[in-house]
Amino acid sequence: MICPPGEPGPGRLLVKEEAEPGPYGYRPRERPIDMYLYYGAINLDKPSGPTSHEVTKWVRTILGFPGRVGHCGTLEAG
Amino acid sequence: MLPILLGKATRLSRVVTRAGKEYVGVLYLHGEVGDEELRRALEMFTGPIYQRPPVKAAVARDLRVRRVCELELLEREGRYVLLRAVVEAGTYIRRLFYDIGEVLGVGGSMRELRRVRSGPMHERDSVTLQELEEASRAWLEGDEGPLRRVIRPIEEVLNYVPRIVVKDTAVAAIAHGDAVKVPGVAAVSEGLRRGRLALAVTLKGEIIALVRPLMESSEILEADRGIAAELERVVMPRDLYPPTWRGRKSL
Repeated sequence: MICPPGEPGPGRLLVKEEAEPGPYGYRPRERPIDMYLYYGAINLDKPSGPTSHEVTKWVRTILGFPGRVGHCGTLEAG
Repeated sequence: MLPILLGKATRLSRVVTRAGKEYVGVLYLHGEVGDEELRRALEMFTGPIYQRPPVKAAVARDLRVRRVCELELLEREGRYVLLRAVVEAGTYIRRLFYDIGEVLGVGGSMRELRRVRSGPMHERDSVTLQELEEASRAWLEGDEGPLRRVIRPIEEVLNYVPRIVVKDTAVAAIAHGDAVKVPGVAAVSEGLRRGRLALAVTLKGEIIALVRPLMESSEILEADRGIAAELERVVMPRDLYPPTWRGRKSL
């Protein structure tokens, strides 16, 4: 369940018009690794000492990732 | 646990941040309270509750409503109460625990807190910095497999968000900032709601943009023209799918 319970979730997919994917783009799992990272999400087991901001910087360093790295939320908002 | 997004995925951080959270924490009661009394207080704090953000908060300190979906007593040892709370994003847990203590008349405070779930990400599936480092090293040595296991595509993480599937011919226009138009739609999630955030995706499942539907799913299915959803934030690079306008209809 995704809280809050008011969230309906996606439900079934209703087809309006049958269509086959063409030669462009990639299925998310089949992206070349560089592009794969650019659409990446990490569920990080955060060590409790350092701040979210510090940990985010470490992730960037570990991966040698040139693009943006952002975290979502702190333990206690504000 | 902490959700971290990379590159284009950071444009969707709002969606992840707004998702519900699950915590396990210790409430310390400042006086004696009976089990039954405690149970009743917990029940009182399940459902919509009023909260005023703490003095130190980064947001305006207006009284606001947050939903507590579940508040479960896991264990109790005298004044120490282990609680599990499933709450709407933006609920102050320290405040919630404090308020429970106030209602019980003895006062209470939060002693420990662990987030076990943030929206779609659960602690049990989380990866450590060390695992990330090992995966990164394996990648440098030519094996990208481990990295693909510790990092997931944002599309998989957001699989609970309703979507509008767009035909290949309409992708580039949206990636360039156009609204999602009805003729370009191949399929829609049943759960699509007017005004509630949704994702425009390709037939291959790639996220093109974060959108706000202007129609319900049934309306989109029945309509021949019109704007199905307006753009909130583009995620996909412009050049991944070829444009089909300016006479280039060869797709």
